[in-house]
Amino acid sequence: MKILIVDDFSTMRRIIKNLLRDLGFNNTEEADDGNTGLPKLQSGNFDFLVTDWNMPGMTGIDLLRAVRADEKLKSLPVLMVTAEAKKEQIVMAAQEGVNGYIVKPFTAQTLKEKIEKIFERIEG
Amino acid sequence: MDGTPINRDLLLERAQALIASLESAETSDEQLESQVDEINNLRDNSLFKELGKMTREIHDSIMKFRMDNRIADLASVDIPDAKDRLEYVIEMTEKAANTAMAVIEDSSPLAEKLGGEASQLKSQWEKFRKRELSQDELRAMGHDVETFFDESEQMTNKLLSGFTEIMMAQGFQDLTGQIIRQVISLVHEIESNLVALVKIQGESLVKEEKLDSKEEGKLEGPQVPGKETSPDIMQGQDDVDDLLASLGF
Repeated sequence: MKILIVDDFSTMRRIIKNLLRDLGFNNTEEADDGNTGLPKLQSGNFDFLVTDWNMPGMTGIDLLRAVRADEKLKSLPVLMVTAEAKKEQIVMAAQEGVNGYIVKPFTAQTLKEKIEKIFERIEG
Repeated sequence: MDGTPINRDLLLERAQALIASLESAETSDEQLESQVDEINNLRDNSLFKELGKMTREIHDSIMKFRMDNRIADLASVDIPDAKDRLEYVIEMTEKAANTAMAVIEDSSPLAEKLGGEASQLKSQWEKFRKRELSQDELRAMGHDVETFFDESEQMTNKLLSGFTEIMMAQGFQDLTGQIIRQVISLVHEIESNLVALVKIQGESLVKEEKLDSKEEGKLEGPQVPGKETSPDIMQGQDDVDDLLASLGF
C-alpha cells in the first residue's frame, strides 16, 4: 500500500505519516501542494491519497478534480484532511468524488476509522 | 501643474496692446496701470480655476474613501476578528505545550520504574549466574521476571500512546500557521489602505477594486471557537460525518 500525503505544512505531513505508520502503512511519500503532488501520483503507482484543501499553488480540491479527470488515477481513493469546515465546501468535495473528509484538529482514532471505512467500501 | 492653460492668444493681444501703449507718448499712467492689471487678472483666473479643480478632486477622493465599506469593515469587523484569532493562537500553542509537558511528566516515572526494575533483576540474574541464589530466591526471581514482562508490555504501550498524544498536539503548528497567515494578509490590506489615504493629499486617488472579504468560495481556514456559529459551519467531525451521511456516504 503506497500512500501520498499532500499538505503545505510539513508538521502536518509528519503527523499523518507517523499515524499511518502506526496503522501499519510504511510506504508513504509527501508533497507540499497539488502542483508537486499530481506528477508524483501520475508516475508513482500510489494506492491512496491523503490531501489538505487550502494550499498555495494547487489546492486540494483542484488536485481531487485533476485525479478524477485522469484516466489512470480516477478510481484512486482520496481522503481530505483539512481545516475547512463550511457545509458548502464539504458538499463540494463530496460532489467532486472525495472518499472521506476529516476536519482539523482531528484525532488518531478518527483517521484510523475513516481509512478503515474507505477500504471496507472499496473491498466490499 | 497641468491645470487650465493660460489663454495665450488673449495674453499676447493684451501684451501687444500694453507695448503699444508704452511706446505711445499719449498714454496716461492710469491707462498703463489698468492694462497691467488686466494681464494680472488673466493669470489669477487660471490659478483660481486650477485651485478649484484641485479642491474638488480632494473632496471627491475623501468622499470615495469614506464611502468605501471595506475600510469600515476593516475597523469594525476584521481587526477585532483578527484579535480573537490571535488569542486563539495563544490558546492553541499553550494547550499543545501543556499536553506535551503532561505526557512527559506522566511518562518519566514509568520509564524510571521500568529501568529500576530492570537493574534490580540484572543484579539478581548475576547472583544466579554465580550460583549464589537459594531455591526460594530463585523462585522469587522467576516471579519477578514474569511481573517485569507484564509491566514492560503495559508501560511500553502507555509510553507509545503518550508519544502519539504528543505528536497529535503538534497539529497546532498547521492551524496556527493558517490563522497567522490570514492576519498577515489583513495587515497588508490595512497597509495598502493607509498608503492610499496618504496619497489623497498629493494626488487624486485611483481606487483599485477591492475584493469583498466574504467572496464566494473563499477558504475560511481553521474554525475559531465562539466565531462563525452559522449553521453552515460544521462544529466538528461528528457534524461532518452527519452531513456526509446525509449525502449518501
